[in-house]
Amino acid sequence: MIEIDNITKRYGDNTVVDNVSMTIAPRTVTVIVGTSGSGKTTLMRMINRLVEPTSGAIRIDGEDNRGIPGYELRRRIGYAIQGHGLFPHRTVAENIATVPGLLGWEKSRIEAKVKELLSLFQLDPAAFGPRYPHELSGGQQQRVGVARALAAEPNILLMDEPFGALDPVIRAKAQEDLLAIQKHFGTTIVLVTHDMEEAFHLADKIAVMDKGRIVQYAAPEDMLVNPATDFVETLIGVGERPFRLLSIGTVGEAAEAGTAEGEPLAAATSQRDALSSLLWSGREALPVVGADGVPLGRVTLASLARRAARPR
Amino acid sequence: MKRLLPNLLRLAALIILVAFLVQPALFEPLLKPLVQANAPAIYNQGSLLSLTLSHLTTVFIATFAATVVAVGLAILVTRPIGAEFLPLSRSLVNIGQTFPPVAVLALAVPVVGFGEKPTLIALFLYGLLPIFENAMTGLSTLPPAIVEAARGTGMTAWQRLTKVELPLALPIILAGIRLSVTISLATATIGSTVAAKTLGEVIIAGLQSNNLAFVLQGGLVVAVLAVLIYDAFSAMERMVSRRAGRV
Repeated sequence: MIEIDNITKRYGDNTVVDNVSMTIAPRTVTVIVGTSGSGKTTLMRMINRLVEPTSGAIRIDGEDNRGIPGYELRRRIGYAIQGHGLFPHRTVAENIATVPGLLGWEKSRIEAKVKELLSLFQLDPAAFGPRYPHELSGGQQQRVGVARALAAEPNILLMDEPFGALDPVIRAKAQEDLLAIQKHFGTTIVLVTHDMEEAFHLADKIAVMDKGRIVQYAAPEDMLVNPATDFVETLIGVGERPFRLLSIGTVGEAAEAGTAEGEPLAAATSQRDALSSLLWSGREALPVVGADGVPLGRVTLASLARRAARPR
Repeated sequence: MKRLLPNLLRLAALIILVAFLVQPALFEPLLKPLVQANAPAIYNQGSLLSLTLSHLTTVFIATFAATVVAVGLAILVTRPIGAEFLPLSRSLVNIGQTFPPVAVLALAVPVVGFGEKPTLIALFLYGLLPIFENAMTGLSTLPPAIVEAARGTGMTAWQRLTKVELPLALPIILAGIRLSVTISLATATIGSTVAAKTLGEVIIAGLQSNNLAFVLQGGLVVAVLAVLIYDAFSAMERMVSRRAGRV
């Protein structure tokens, strides 16, 4: 659990983060959104003390994060940034081994961890471990960046626009991978982005920041139904509301008994993508299958339309 | 294949240089036409090999000291603690560069006496600027995402410097040392005016006795050394920049 308590950051007369308080539940994904200059990155960077607050306190699992030196704190908290920030003079394996190395893990344990993470991110350890970052594609570099952040098994992972530099196809895949890995490790993720689509897709809770303040901190559904201010409403986009609502849930949750013709949809597909497939194929219903290809039923246009309507 | 011809030329130059230093008599017929009758064609007031070695030693010591001081200063002024020393450090190394080495020799002799010492001082001061400026550039133009990542992974300031910043700045620092060492190789010859054992002795002896062969052999040995060492540094830079992923 991360408790942020009346935190303020000023640079001279400029207040970047203005008296923010919020509590982030363990094993959830919290997305901080806002326009550039809203203070969202500064807020996140105060959690691992890359930025020291002017006033206020942040507690992690009840302990003040100023209780230990900053570098020790940062070894316990994963950190992934836009443009991955991989060390160009170190191999992929050495990059991932950075934090375990700093913590003084035994060599065999580090090697096992590097292998495990590379496999988890669908990179063959034997082929990719010895390569240098500039020999990888953008998507692969991003995965290695996240793998490095997770190497010391942190409870908390901070991500600053981690998918910002990726093209849309790879970005969607990277987001799916992140959710799978979050489930796998039960990591508490705090992610900063300016992409509302990404926020609604990934978040258990969204915090909207504007001019250094949190204007709303709520679950995505609540934010859609009751936007706190005009700013939040603008950010969500009035015309996007039903689609945002659909993008929160998966097609597995919307599946009902029955059969249907057509190309089956994976249960992990978002309802929004399912709607898109239904509309495009011109069908009333499509079959739904689980990750192992087992039929789970079907999803209908009518049920998606019901789910896209304003909740009451 | 593209590198083959230049490398063959370098190898040939090295072999000829070593042969000349070890067995200068072999080259006597080549240099004979340049001298008046009865004058020696090969330097005969000492061993060319030992003069070359002491020339290289002097340059090496001066450049090594300049590297330690210049890189040390560059590290200091790129830290938050030392940032305010930047203008001062810049002025100091600039003075070292603008002060002519001959003037340094003239001023140093009364203080430290004749011999190697004044030469070392002159070369040291003259060599600081390129190394300092390059180290400054290398350390202050690191990609921000990488510096940020180094902090984010929990490296201490010292670990960031030794594990990330210096390795990444190394190719640029090496380029500075290459410039400095090349300049020092040539400049060291004037050290012989204050009795330093360098190849300048051969050139000065030639000038004094109007012996063109002496001047030429002294000058050529220095020139070939400079070219070979320059190329060796360039090759080293290419190697480390490949490793630093900057290519």
